[in-house]
Amino acid sequence: MEQNMEEYAIIDNYLCIKMPQEVDHHGAAGIRACADRLILDDKVKNIVFDFENTTFMDSSGLGIIIGRYRKISCFGGKVYAINTNERISRILKASGMSAIIEILV
Amino acid sequence: METLKNQISIEFDAISENERLARVVIAAFLAGIDPTLDELEDVKTAVSEAVTNAVIHGYKENGGKVVLRASLSTDEKLTVDIIDYGVGIANVEQAMQPLFTTGVPSERSGMGFSFMEAFMDGLEVESTPREGTSVHMWKHFAKRQTTGTKPILQAAVWNRTGRE
Ligand SMILES: Nc1ncnc2c1ncn2[C@@H]1O[C@H](COP(=O)(O)OP(=O)(O)OP(=O)(O)O)[C@@H](O)[C@H]1O
Ligand SMILES: [Mg+2]
Repeated sequence: MEQNMEEYAIIDNYLCIKMPQEVDHHGAAGIRACADRLILDDKVKNIVFDFENTTFMDSSGLGIIIGRYRKISCFGGKVYAINTNERISRILKASGMSAIIEILV
Repeated sequence: METLKNQISIEFDAISENERLARVVIAAFLAGIDPTLDELEDVKTAVSEAVTNAVIHGYKENGGKVVLRASLSTDEKLTVDIIDYGVGIANVEQAMQPLFTTGVPSERSGMGFSFMEAFMDGLEVESTPREGTSVHMWKHFAKRQTTGTKPILQAAVWNRTGRE
């Protein structure tokens, strides 16, 4: 789909997903499809969303995180956000997402 | 007295590509009043939410037409209307509750209306089943404090040189 596979890497048991500059409904289907295919890999236990390039995210981004969290949390996996700018951190916290995603600074 | 300074109205297809288009349009419309980066992102997010809802829920991703109207008054009050002629909402009050969604629960958070409320100064939703939905939002820019706000350019430079 639109997302390049180089935006995804499996390191140890972590699936790292490089989020695009703008995380919205338009790009969400591609991210979901790629992520869910890779989650099937036996090694993957946890997911790291890398927001280094992200300057915009609306509620569709929360949907991506919640959906992936549901897939891995039943196997004891965890979800992390890294490289979030001030605004993305604020959105994640204000919407209560910090209950399911750990924001690493 | 507030008089109208500028007004736009555009109609576009209810396809996901146009979520970004709507954000770009509203950002350009606001350029004249020199909003802070945060204010700009607030409005872009609210518009993105309303347009996305029209695409996903109003038209069930089968396409249709979305109208974006925006106006700016001389006292720097922005009003935005996002209108669709889709399925409509039977119970608006329920739809606006945080976490309420009729979408696929693993794809939608049910936070769209909450985002619109949080990022704008006001939100009103009118909807009639089988006729469509109209989302009316507004935000005052004149109210903003002059201390502690980040002009767009400065913030953009700051973002590039590193954060915190
Ligand atoms: N334009 C619309 N036409 C029809 N129904 C709508 C429209 N906008 C919102 N709704 C209804 O209101 C509900 C709540 O909308 P809201 O944006 O808050 O959450 P969501 O779109 O379901 O999830 P999210 O925005 O977090 O991805 C939707 O699930 C849908 O049932
Ligand atoms: Mg929504």
